[in-house]
Amino acid sequence: MRATFAVLAKDLRLELRTFETLPAMVLFSLSTFVIFHFALGRSAVGGQLAAGILTVTLLFAALLGAGRLFVAEREQGGFDAFLLAPVDRTSLLAAKAAAMFLFLALLEVVAVPAFGVLLLGPALGPRLPGLIAVLALADLALAVIGTLVSAIAIHTRARDMISPIIGLPLLLPALIATARAAAPVLSVHGSGAPPGKWLLILALYDVVFALIAYAVFDFLLED
Amino acid sequence: MVDQDQQPAIELRGLTRRFGERAALNNVTVQVPTGTTLAVLGRNGAGKSTLLRILATLLRPHGGEVSVLGERLPQRAHVVRSRVGLLGHEPLLYRDLSGRENLHYHAQLHCVAPERVERLIEAVGMGKRADDPVRALSRGMVQRLAVCRAVLHEPAVLLLDEPRANLDPAAVELIEPLIGSGNGHTRVLTSHDPGPAIEDADLVLGLRDGKAAFVRPPGEVGAQQLRELYG
Repeated sequence: MRATFAVLAKDLRLELRTFETLPAMVLFSLSTFVIFHFALGRSAVGGQLAAGILTVTLLFAALLGAGRLFVAEREQGGFDAFLLAPVDRTSLLAAKAAAMFLFLALLEVVAVPAFGVLLLGPALGPRLPGLIAVLALADLALAVIGTLVSAIAIHTRARDMISPIIGLPLLLPALIATARAAAPVLSVHGSGAPPGKWLLILALYDVVFALIAYAVFDFLLED
Repeated sequence: MVDQDQQPAIELRGLTRRFGERAALNNVTVQVPTGTTLAVLGRNGAGKSTLLRILATLLRPHGGEVSVLGERLPQRAHVVRSRVGLLGHEPLLYRDLSGRENLHYHAQLHCVAPERVERLIEAVGMGKRADDPVRALSRGMVQRLAVCRAVLHEPAVLLLDEPRANLDPAAVELIEPLIGSGNGHTRVLTSHDPGPAIEDADLVLGLRDGKAAFVRPPGEVGAQQLRELYG
């Protein structure tokens, strides 16, 4: 835990100094909502369409952020420095996934209200608790898989292409479950509560990929 | 428990490491007694940095046997990590963090008390600039911080790749108590400049195309050997 907190604190400090990741994710999301607003030619959407737009936008914003996760480690010797320390290597995975989760949560603090203003038909307020539950589970999936994919891609020359090529198929089940879980929440006539079945699938997906990431991450750091 | 007085601090037997088809190190054998300095000489690409990275546990050997402080690599790498310090070409410091922040980060990873960081910063004369971002520092200052990082956890074995690079004579004097031969460390030192490295060494390994051209005491390394090594 000590190493995880050390790496996480270092990453957050670096982000506060450079603002390289979070502002890009926020700008991307806001721009995408504006594009959808005009491209769909509708002032308001709800239900499955709203859930799809929100989920896809957050997914691509997450991939954008994941692409930056290990750049400082790669370019400034952070990998070597970490590997020289007598610490469990999976603490790097835990720290990076936690940083990614925090970035996504902060992104959503801005992006979800903007989505509510720019695109969402039904009022956002009563739907927030249900939506937060869905997004928390979705963020976990995005954080774990984003970290795993980024750790694979960072060692390749075409890392900007590798991340989405590997990441999108892996995230497809999470994307479907998130959109299905969020659809009733964002529906005009919906109850505002996400369906338990899709929440369970998302949670299961989170657990399975967290275990896979834990099992393989050590090998990704080998020379 | 390993009795370090009974065996060399570093032992290589037929060490081989390849990058693709090319052997960066080929059947290298050498023993470094505890508390002594091995100078590794050779042209660019001879395998000097690869050797240091294997000893630092950053690279796996592909053949032969490697022991550091009695522990086999790579099997016992987790034990060795806390006992070696690497000062390589790269300072391993984040450019957007200050020197102090960088060192405190490394101190946390190595379970080192924060007071040690402050002592080292003062020791290398960086007290006034320790809160500046690393990107704003001169190369010599960055090298001084890199020395602090390498010795932060008081390693028994120091792996030094051109340790005096970018340093003026005054800075060399400042870092000498930390990485010099007088403090009991076992050291492996690489240099492109053979003269000072040989003066500093108890044993000299000449590498040519990844192979050990010679392993001799410094007094037996003459101009002829150096000409053959660098020629």
